[in-house]
Amino acid sequence: MIRLVGILVGLGFTFVVLLAFGSGALTVMGQGYLVEETAEHAFHEEAHMPAGGYSFDGLMPSWDLAQLQRGYQVYKEVCSACHSLDYVAFRDLAELGYSEAEVKAEAASWVVPGINPDTGEASTRPGMPTDYFPSPYANDIAAAAANNNAIPPDLSLMTKAREHGTAYVYSLLTGYQAPAAALVEEFPDSVPGPGLHHNPYFANLNLAMAPPLTSDGQVTYADGTEASVEQMATDVAAFLTWTAEPSLVDRVRLGWIVMGFLLFATILAWLAKKQVWANAKRKD
Amino acid sequence: MSFPWAKQYEPTNPFMKYLDEKLPLPRFVYNAVGAGYPVPRNLSYMWNFGVLAGFCLVLQIVTGVVLAMHYAANDAIAFDSVEHIMRDVNWGWLMRYAHANGASFFFIVIYLHIFRGFYYSSYKAPREMIWLIGVVIFLLMMATAFMGYVLPWGQMSFWGAKVITGLFGAIPLVGESIQIWLLGGYAPDNAALNRFFSLHFLLPFVIAGVVILHIWALHLPGSSNPTGVEVKSESDTLPFHPYYTAKDGLGLAVFLILYAAFVFFMPNALGHPDNYIPANPLSTPALIVPEWYFYPFYAILRAFTFDFLLPAKLWGVLAMFAAILVWFFLPWLDKSPVRSGRYRPLFRKFFWILMLDMAALFYLGGAHAEEPYIMLSQIATAYYFLHFLVILPIISSIEKPEPLPFSITEAVLGPDEKKAQGDSAGTAA
Repeated sequence: MIRLVGILVGLGFTFVVLLAFGSGALTVMGQGYLVEETAEHAFHEEAHMPAGGYSFDGLMPSWDLAQLQRGYQVYKEVCSACHSLDYVAFRDLAELGYSEAEVKAEAASWVVPGINPDTGEASTRPGMPTDYFPSPYANDIAAAAANNNAIPPDLSLMTKAREHGTAYVYSLLTGYQAPAAALVEEFPDSVPGPGLHHNPYFANLNLAMAPPLTSDGQVTYADGTEASVEQMATDVAAFLTWTAEPSLVDRVRLGWIVMGFLLFATILAWLAKKQVWANAKRKD
Repeated sequence: MSFPWAKQYEPTNPFMKYLDEKLPLPRFVYNAVGAGYPVPRNLSYMWNFGVLAGFCLVLQIVTGVVLAMHYAANDAIAFDSVEHIMRDVNWGWLMRYAHANGASFFFIVIYLHIFRGFYYSSYKAPREMIWLIGVVIFLLMMATAFMGYVLPWGQMSFWGAKVITGLFGAIPLVGESIQIWLLGGYAPDNAALNRFFSLHFLLPFVIAGVVILHIWALHLPGSSNPTGVEVKSESDTLPFHPYYTAKDGLGLAVFLILYAAFVFFMPNALGHPDNYIPANPLSTPALIVPEWYFYPFYAILRAFTFDFLLPAKLWGVLAMFAAILVWFFLPWLDKSPVRSGRYRPLFRKFFWILMLDMAALFYLGGAHAEEPYIMLSQIATAYYFLHFLVILPIISSIEKPEPLPFSITEAVLGPDEKKAQGDSAGTAA
């Protein structure tokens, strides 16, 4: 009885799902293609790493502190005009190789919201190492109003919040270009509207952010490195990888120690198992 | 309980004697996972996954309790508190990655444990109750994991919660009321997050309780084995300790290597980048997907796109729940007297087709809802139901099984009964 009911139920579900299959197949045959080609798909390009790669990539990662400091400088002088860095505090900058005094000085170079100790009114004061990076806008409404209704996202976690994060940031920053002429002919609607900018690495191709890194030497690096657009994009993508995952290098290094321990434990477990089972004299 | 030749617990230490008299907990453990539990001598490594699943449960509870000390279940600060754990709590990143990947590995282990059960028909009498309790554990795990994924309050948390609770809205008449009751509102917000946290903390302990029932039920008939032939004599068994503690120990070590590879080298590989974006009710992600371990059932849900008497969405919801509920009926759907797939040539072929089908569903559940993925998931869904509800009952009637070994001892040591019994004398713990 239970098998009979089972067979009927099974055939019922199969019938309904095959009806759905049939109607889908008819639609596909009617339109003559499986998936309609979209501009997003046709223009899209896969994010890629800069030519030299990164010191933190791969199985033996390390931070290139000079690079992180340069990336921080790009964030400070370019990105921070519009983008917040909510989850990073000035004290965290010590991890980039700054001394205690330098962290203090760096924090003091930022203006953070404060409270006037005499009147209790909202005011501003120089930052301290315990402060977090201040937002460029008072709130989302102010951010939207200043940016043609597109709120600049927080950058703290950007390289973990996108596929191929580090490569994505680098590719996006260096990827602004005019849409390919052949594709524009095919997709006339894909030409960016007013206030938008074509970028094949951005999901819907039309990015509200104007190209932020436009000319070589836009930032004058403290360490004298030549600040090409390529170099600035590479450095700031490295900095944002650190802000998203400050534990990255420590994590992988600890991982190797754990792996070594586990490998040793596995060998011991294997020998113990062999010895114990020697008594059982299995044939297979 | 257990076989007559099971070793008895005989404490020599006066304190243990005293304890055994007042509270025989050591005796209980000895009989459950010690030398007092005789186990078929021919278990393969596919029998490691029960112990591994138990290990995963403990791992999740330990890391979860630590995370709960630092997490704040409030929609305004939940996301921030997770970042606080990642950045400011000592070893917080390790706890969180261990917990998130621990959930994935728990499901890997459980799926292998269940598929082992399919192949060797572990659900058959006299072990139906173990199987039924096991399916209950799986359902509890799914509920727990789903609510856990909501807690970071990222984009996938929010939209996943919205889609999954939205399924209840497909129920005719009362659906919408149930959905509002479950969420404590019209959309996931602070009320939903709070209750999900409360239940996410509670359910693992419920699972632990049901696991005890699972193991209790197991100890009545004893473990199954790869031949599917029941234990006949002492020579068929070995004491759990040291034989299977040693074998499980090796399995555990290998498991930990794979697990650690994910935790330390690619901790976000099994997650979704969108969950590092704070929940935003005004911005819908391009692709809303649950965690990978729900993909097969999500694929089944989305496969129903045609209104036939009932709305397509309701068909999808019914099919998704039926896809798991059908496991409850396996002991009665498959009536072949032979348990092990080793001796069932026809069943074996269909088992491997089912594995391919599951692999397809795993893939399709994570794919965009567009062709050809929809059509493929419809075919895969059709086979899924045909397999359990139609093919399995039919092949169990028409199949001619291969000859079974006389006993486990014969299967392991060859037909010489005396030789085997002589050997078993040397198996003292």
